[in-house]
Amino acid sequence: MMFPLQHFLILSAILFSVGLLLVVIKRHAIMMLIGIELMLNAANLNLVAFNQLYPNHRDGQMFALFVIIVAVCETAVGLAIILRTYHFYQTSVPDAVAELADKP
Amino acid sequence: MEPATIMFYFFEGAAALSAASLIFIRQVFYGALLLIVCLLSLAAIYILAFAEFVAVTQILVYAGGIVVVILFGVMLTAKIGEKPLVVQHGNLFGGILAAASLLAVLLYGLAGHDFTPATAATTMATQNAVQETGFVMMRDFVLPFELAGMLLLMALVGAAVIAARTKNNRAS
Repeated sequence: MMFPLQHFLILSAILFSVGLLLVVIKRHAIMMLIGIELMLNAANLNLVAFNQLYPNHRDGQMFALFVIIVAVCETAVGLAIILRTYHFYQTSVPDAVAELADKP
Repeated sequence: MEPATIMFYFFEGAAALSAASLIFIRQVFYGALLLIVCLLSLAAIYILAFAEFVAVTQILVYAGGIVVVILFGVMLTAKIGEKPLVVQHGNLFGGILAAASLLAVLLYGLAGHDFTPATAATTMATQNAVQETGFVMMRDFVLPFELAGMLLLMALVGAAVIAARTKNNRAS
């Protein structure tokens, strides 16, 4: 039994919009990372949902797996950068960090 | 109604609600916990969409890995014994305008299109689904698979190097 594709797509649209909203309005670096994760999951949900139309192929699921792998890399590097800037500036508000180089 | 249908709508509602409440959450720790709820509901939806391996990977990697790393990040960027940091909101007008208009466009496009498959939908074989996924991954997708391993190694080594403390920090 296949659930109607429309429901997957509506949920995916909601998740993507919420992720975009989080990235724009939250003034905290980790909340912005959470928003990016939501957007990647929305894309994954679309890939898995459309894979149901082609029962003999697994390409959509494979793409979802690679998206998950890239999300892991992005989160690890992003959190490392957040930790480093926090130790340096004592803040995790991205707007407060205006310079990346250490001025002599 | 079948039990599977009830479960499908329940997990859809859970995912949408937890994502929507992320907007109003002011503490990062609770945000990470809500993210776990959202990701686990998505894993359940993946199982109902005949993607068992993706669901297991979602639980292992997202709920087990990424959220734990995010929680470490939350704890390492908070001072001990201090009140939890309240996240401020900024760019409210632009953010709400962008997100609401994107959602409206997407829903409008979805409402105007019929996604029911043209041919009679043959459901996926659920008997050896994980086995089949393994065959496809190691046969057709073996090059991207190995490249993803290299990418993961490079990213994690880079993250460790970036996060390592050096002597001349400005603050300490």
